[in-house]
This record gives sequence, structure tokens and C-alpha cells, in this order.
Amino acid sequence: MKTFNYHSTKDVKEATKLASSSSAFLAGGMTTIPSMKLGLASYKDIIDIKRIKKLSGIKVSAKSVTIGAITKHTEVANSKEIKKAIPSLAVLAEGIGDPQVRNRGTIGGSIANNDPSADYPSACIALNATIHTNSRKISADKFFVGMFETALKKGELIEAVEFQVPEKSCYQKYPNPASRYAIVGVYVAKHKSGVNVGVTGAKSCVYNEKNIASALSKSFSSSAVDNVKISSSGMNSDIHASGEYRANMVKIFAKKAVDAC
Amino acid sequence: MASLVGSRVERKEDKKLLTGRGKYTADVTFAHQTYAYFVRSPHARAQIKNVDISKAKKASGVVAVLTGKDIANDKIGGLIAGWRIKSEDGSDMKVPAHPPLASESVNYVGDHVAVVIAESLDEARNAAELVKVDYKVLKAVVKTDEAMKSDSIYKDIPKNLCFDWLLGDRAKVKEAFDSADKIIKVDLINNRLVPNAMEPRAANADYNPSTEEITLYTTSQNPHLARIIISAFNGVAPENKLRVIAPDVGGGFGSKIYPYAEEVVCSWASKKIERPVKWVADRTESFLSDCHGRDHVTHAELAVKSDGTFLGFKNETIANIGAYASVFATVTPTYLFGPCATGVYKMPAAYSNVKAVFTNTAPVDAYRGAGRPEATYTIEVLVEKAARELGMDPAEIRMKNFPTEFPFQQTLVHSVDSGDYNAGLKKAMEVADYKGFEKRRKDSEANGKIRGIGFCTYFEACGIAPSAVVMSLGCGIGLWESAEVRFNPTGNVTVFTGSHSHGQGHDTTFAQIAADQLGVPLENIEISHGDTDKGPFGYGTYGSRSLTVGGTAIVKACEKIIAKGKKVAAKMLEVNESDVEFKDGEFIVAKSNQKKTIGEVAFACYLPGTYGEVKSPLPEGEEPGLKESSFFDPGNFSFPAGSHICEVEIDPDTGTTEVAKYTAVDDFGTIINPLIVEGQVHGGLVQGIGQALYENCHYDDSGQLVTASYMDYTMPRADNFPEFKLGFTCTPATSNPLGTKGCGEAGAIASPPAVMNAVMNALDTDISMPATAEKVWKACQKMKKSNSKAA
Repeated sequence: MKTFNYHSTKDVKEATKLASSSSAFLAGGMTTIPSMKLGLASYKDIIDIKRIKKLSGIKVSAKSVTIGAITKHTEVANSKEIKKAIPSLAVLAEGIGDPQVRNRGTIGGSIANNDPSADYPSACIALNATIHTNSRKISADKFFVGMFETALKKGELIEAVEFQVPEKSCYQKYPNPASRYAIVGVYVAKHKSGVNVGVTGAKSCVYNEKNIASALSKSFSSSAVDNVKISSSGMNSDIHASGEYRANMVKIFAKKAVDAC
Repeated sequence: MASLVGSRVERKEDKKLLTGRGKYTADVTFAHQTYAYFVRSPHARAQIKNVDISKAKKASGVVAVLTGKDIANDKIGGLIAGWRIKSEDGSDMKVPAHPPLASESVNYVGDHVAVVIAESLDEARNAAELVKVDYKVLKAVVKTDEAMKSDSIYKDIPKNLCFDWLLGDRAKVKEAFDSADKIIKVDLINNRLVPNAMEPRAANADYNPSTEEITLYTTSQNPHLARIIISAFNGVAPENKLRVIAPDVGGGFGSKIYPYAEEVVCSWASKKIERPVKWVADRTESFLSDCHGRDHVTHAELAVKSDGTFLGFKNETIANIGAYASVFATVTPTYLFGPCATGVYKMPAAYSNVKAVFTNTAPVDAYRGAGRPEATYTIEVLVEKAARELGMDPAEIRMKNFPTEFPFQQTLVHSVDSGDYNAGLKKAMEVADYKGFEKRRKDSEANGKIRGIGFCTYFEACGIAPSAVVMSLGCGIGLWESAEVRFNPTGNVTVFTGSHSHGQGHDTTFAQIAADQLGVPLENIEISHGDTDKGPFGYGTYGSRSLTVGGTAIVKACEKIIAKGKKVAAKMLEVNESDVEFKDGEFIVAKSNQKKTIGEVAFACYLPGTYGEVKSPLPEGEEPGLKESSFFDPGNFSFPAGSHICEVEIDPDTGTTEVAKYTAVDDFGTIINPLIVEGQVHGGLVQGIGQALYENCHYDDSGQLVTASYMDYTMPRADNFPEFKLGFTCTPATSNPLGTKGCGEAGAIASPPAVMNAVMNALDTDISMPATAEKVWKACQKMKKSNSKAA
């Protein structure tokens, strides 16, 4: 690992002031630190935001669940309020990585990194999330731009993620047998306004599978998915799964999710 | 005193290992320690045009930067192939030079080019980035089945062919095939595996300039072999000036049998800079540079009569041995493979033809089972297919061809001393509830799942091995084992064994044997291994040999202790030696019931005198002390065997295969510690099922290792498995006094075919390992299509 300056900050202003083109915010560090150790990333300044109290915590209302950026996966997984309001979100958090990762990793870190196989981005898409940053609010469908790429500007800091409480929802994933990241993860959420199907792992970036979503908006049953054709074009293809296989799994796991709703 | 042999004694070593009190090579740090980091080739095949170390040498904390030229200038020898194989045409195998640091060419990603030694690991690693190597990149040879058609990697090795070996009789096989009713054929890939020992390889070499002695701590299954190779072949230091210590070692599975470039370089460099040099592999280095396992492409055929009688077997295999011929690389696909490829059956005619090829991939060497898993996979998939094609029950076709008379002269090499294969298979079918399978299959079907059942009956040659036999076949070393039993004056015992323990539980099993032999309580016996300065020379741990060969050496040394003890006890009791009997730790005179305990005898041997009078307890001419050693060279291999039955349940929507039920009934001869044996079987099964369903080492076409971390290489995990049902039968081995046969490799040998046969039974089609979800899903799609056509 290359040497770097470490800053521990107590408020958002101080943190964003320290930010530069060669800095990184550090929350759980579940991706940042291994990347630095492997020499895949190096920064001049590491700005630790774990001590900014404002960024932590869970707020639940009738319409929304708001989770502070540095809230750990394990806190989401074990939150009674979330289990009641959006149980599938707690289930998703419980299935991220392993206990070590869940005890350190944070929701803000996960979505800022936007790994194409990460779980949380699919929840953001399915649950019409709004990402609150230090300077603005970004809707999830505008936030996830591409592989490891988001709408965040340099030095912009996520403060919280606000999820819309759906009528019904379920997250189902087929984990990579090696890494246990999602080969395909499908988050189905039924809102009054319609159905969203957040898909992770299948393409270079999380997306809303509109064909399935519109079929389910008409009739919310797994048989409604049967006749939807999922093209393998644009699907990831690697040693673990071909595009064709992933396309099949999107459908199968969407059906599983609907059945389990 | 109750016999300890056969009892479930908890492992003595576990308290230390499970509470973090083990001492591993990485835990050893010397005063004035330096740290090594290797500059490795990023290319699969390239010429080295220039290595510029000028910047790296000046970097912070750097003590030395050494290259292939330096090691060549110091005349340090290359790494060796330990087993000489002749081709069918009588010519010798061809092997390339394998310098510990390359100076002319690199031949796999991870090949060693230079070493940077610094005050800290971070400094060494950072400076290594400053070593500029100018490569001329060449087209890599990667695929096993294409190696012979590709460019020659080494100019004096045409077709990349190390050898083209034959065992068996082609003419007889042709005759058998000509007379057959049916010929069953399979094309198989035995997928390449990465050993993945929990503890990565490491070395710490400490040269003392005043004594000129090197102490090398290393992660070795076999410290004596490391010493003789580093001394006699690499020429780093004479044997008497090289002490090799393998302290606690966290698993090896074959990959730590022999020394690698890193140990040689650290030892040599320590001498050069006169400071200790430490290297610990990170996980990526382990993936890149540990010797891999398996990697065969096989075409095999079985000639049968329509009643299921086997007439003949032929096996044409290409074995990928990687970029260089590692120590056991050449024997693994030959003598460890060919003889077992006819399986546990009467087979009137057979041959195995193996072409070993070089490729630009990491060297391939022995890995848990070494050759025997590949052999068993070949014959067992073939036999199961024969049953399918002949419409026979898979158990029936096997029983029809089992030998029933022992010793059984197996077709190609071995004379199997004992066994009862029918009893094993019958027991396995009972434990597995074979009769209930059809019902379970229907239940699965009702749940939308496809259930399949697969068998594997195997035997293997273990207890490696009679020295004269293996040396006649090209082995460069003997394969006997040593033991020294040393009574301490106060009556407790230290047993030295040449066989190293790195997970096998020697500290417990070997102590049970010595305790039974000597009548000394288990807690008074210490097992010592892993230090070439302490115990006698030995050949280490692999090939399920430790107990059968090393354990027997302990028995023999104990017998010598008792023989001497009898003489001393007789003198002490003033009776004739012939009147003294030894039982449960006591020398007894049956007539008078006079006795001396073995502790009293040991004490007398070390303090041979009496206060106030000149009187020795030792018979005239007898030396003081109580310490005996033995070198046991077995008369034959040992032949564990067994029957495994696997049931899988497949989800046709996703292709996910779940091992629903697994039964293993093994005959390991006498079992010393069932608890440890069951653990060995569990571990072996997990590795074998891992090969069948999950693990796969994948190089891309340019020779880059794609599966170089746990993100991409699938290790089996606890939640992948059901509770294994184990059972045992016992026909003791006749080639050693304990009657043991060896259990370390069986699980990894038997389970890949059992699992794959179950998958193929479910899908009714050939499928290659690993049976990943996608492959199985595709087969399910095909099955759906053909079913709908049929309908």
C-alpha cells in the first residue's frame, strides 16, 4: 500500500472541504482498502467519515425509510423498523458479503462504489430511492450512471438514502458461487404507481427491467413473467455465466421474487 | 490397560492450533530480519531482453536486488524433476532447465524473475515495481489438448512433449476389443485445480556467517527432502550446514512436498547478504505459483460382453504438467495414474498411454490423490456409462467384475493383498438406502427437481512405497520412513518421525501407537517432527503413507526398546531374559510375579548404578540409555478401497446442483483413530465434490490466470454439503504390522466420479467437470427440447 494522509472528520463541511481530485471518503472501507492494498487504487488523502454522527441512523415514516450513509449493513439487517416497513430491504442487507463485511460495510459506500454486482443499487431502483447528498437530492434512476460510475461529483458526499415504502417487495439473488456477489439479483417492488424490477449483476450497471416491470404492473403474478422475452444482448458474460444464462436467471429470479412477495 | 488403537482420542494438537498458539513459518522473525518480494512475470511466455534494477536498488529500505544472472553466476542449480520416465520408444523424458530466477525466458505468469530484499515488506514491494524488465512477448501455449500442435516452448523439446509413456499391452487390448460385444467410449477433462492450502507458502532463511550454517524455516510437508534438494541439487549449502525446519504447517495437499524457487532463493540470498531473508506468499502468489493439480484430457474405452463382463480397457491421456517438470510432476500422471486406471475390477487386458506436455501455465504436480483421482474418474465414469448403455444396474455391473480372491493381481502393476469389494458395496447400498432411491426420485420430480444417483467403487495404491520398486520405475529417492523412540530418564517418551504432520493428526495417532506398544500413558508421549536437526532422515507426508510406513517404523523402534528393556529388566530382577514378558508397560516374570515397569527400566538405563556398591542394572556389554530407531521400507503398497454413492438434486430452472445425500463406505484396514479418519474422509470428500461441482482453474488464451483469487476461484464451503453418511469395512493390510492402509486421499479420489455419475444419471447426458449451474442448465434445456420433440 502506498502512503497517504489520513483525516478523521466530525462534520460534513470539513469532510467536503478536504476533498480533492486525489482523495477518497472512507466509511466501511470494504472496497477502498482492499483496492489500495492490491495497488488498484491510490489516494493522497483518505477522509474518514465514520465519526460524522449525522450520517448514521435509520428513520422510518409511513411513506419512506431513510438510512444514513454510514449505517452498516448489519444495522439495516437487524432494524425492527425496517423489517416492518420494508422487510425485503432487511433481507437484502443480511445477504451482503459475510459477517465481517456486514459489520463494517455501509449503504453509502456500497451505492457510491456502484459495483455492477452489488445488492443495494437494485433496492434503490426498485424502491424509487432518493439519494441525499451534501448539495442536492438525486433520484436513483439518475444516480447509477455506469459500471462503478455514479452521478456524484468529485467531493460530493452521500448523506442518506431515502427509500419509498412499497405495497409489496422481494429481493432474490443468485450468488456467484465463488465471490457470492450477485450473478443476478432481482428486486421486485410493487408501488401504487406501478412495479419496478431492479436488476443487479446482469449488466454493467444496475437497471430497471422495464419489460418485466410493465408485465407485472398489468398483472402481479409470476405467470405474467412467463411470456416476457429477455434479450441476452448487453448482459455480462464471463467465466461464471454467459449472457444467455444471465438473461434466463433474470426471468427466473423475477418469478421467484414475485412468488415470494 | 485398554488399547488406544481404535479409540476416538481427541486431537492433542487442536488446542494449540485452534487457539492461535500454533507457530507457523510466518510467525518466525529473526533479529536483523529482511523481507523478500519477488518480481514475477506478467506474461505467460516471453524472452527476457534486459532487467534494469538500477532504480530499485536505490529505493528506500532496499538491501539487495538479485536477478537470474546473479543466481547463475553463483552456480546455484535449478529446480528438479524427481522421477525419470521413459517413453514407449525407450527414450528418456525431456525436461527444460528450471532456474530459481529466470535469466533468459519466462514461461508462465508468476515465473520468478528477480527478488527485492528490503528492511520491510512494504519497501520490498514498492521497490519491486521499480525493477524494469524488458520482455519480448511470445505466443503462449496454454491448452492441454493443443500443446502438441503448438509452437515448441523450448527449442530442444519438440511438440512440447515431455514423454509419451505406455503401460500395458496394446496387442492384447486389441484382441480384447475385437472380441467385444460393445465398446463404451468417453472423452473426459479432469479439470485443473489450485491446491489452496489454508496457510500460504512461506520461507525464512537465516545464514550464520560464523558457523556457515543456514537455518531455513519453511512450509514443507517434507523438510528432509527440502534439505537434500537444496543442498545436493541447488548447491546452496552442504547438508550438514543446512537445517530445515517445517514448524506448524497449515495444510499442503501435495503442493508443499518439495522446495520451490522461493526457498532456494531465500537461502542463497541470506548467505549472500548475511542477514535472514523472509518471504510469505500472499494469496494471489499462491494461485499463480503453487503447483496446480490434475489437468488431464482423456479418451478412454471399455470393451464389454453384453452380460456386462469387462474384457479390456484403453486410456489415451494428455497430461498438462505446466511450464516446468516439478518434482513429482512426471510420476503423478504415470505410475500413480496408469496402474489404478483399470479400477477395482478384473480386467483381462489394458493399457494406459500418457503424453505429458509442457504449456505456459504454472507447473502441475501431486495434489490430494495424485493420479489416482484422475484414474478413478476415468474408469468409474466409463463403468457407469457401460451400465447405462447395457441397461444394467450400476451395482450389478460392478459386482460382476469385482475380484473375490486375494491377493489379487491387478492388470497392470499391483498385487492387491486384501480386500472385500462386495461387502463394501453392499454396505454402502444399505447405508445409502439404495432401494428407496426411486421413491426419492419421484418426490423430487413432484417438486420440479431432477434427482440422480451415482456410484463409485475404487481402490488406490497407498503406503508409498517399497523403495526398490519405485526406484526401478524412475524414482530419484527411496520411500521408506524412519522413527526414533527416545525414553527420557524420568520415563516419558519423545518419538521422532520423519513424517511431517500438517493437519493429519500425527501428534495424536502416532502417540496412540507408541502408547499401546510401550504401555506408557498417552500424555507422556510427545511426537516430534519437522526439524532435520532433531530426528533421523525421513521422506515426509504424502500418498497416504505416514501411518502405514511411518507408523510401522514407530512400532519397529518400540519393539527394539522392549527387546533391550527385557534384557535390562532380567538383570534387575536377577532372572533369565527368557522368563521376562512385556505387557502393558511392565516387564513381568510370570512364575514369581516379580516386575519392573518400563519407567523403572528407563531410569536404570540412564542412571546405571547403585549408591554404596558397584552394581549396574545393565547386562554386561549393554550400553546405557534407552533410545532406538528404525527405518521401515514396506514390502508392498497398501490398497484402501471403498464404495461411495451420491445423490444429487438439480433445479432445472437454474441448473443448480445440490448434493442431497452422500454415502462413503471405506476399507482403510485397521483404523487407529476413527475420529481423525472421519475428519480425513470429510475433508477429502469436500475437495473431491469441490472438483466435481465448483473448482476450476482457468487460464485465458494468452495464459493469464483468470481465477487468481477467491472472487473467481470457487472454493467449496460448508453450506454446499449435506451431512455425510460414513461407514467402514475392514480387511487389514498384510504388508505392515498395524494392518493400516491409509485414508488421506480416498475422499478426493472417490467423490468426483460419484458426484458426476449422479449428475449424468439425472440428465442422461455426458457433462464435464465442474458441473456448474450454467452447464447443467444448458443440459436441462436440451433435455426439455428433446422431451417435447418426443412428446
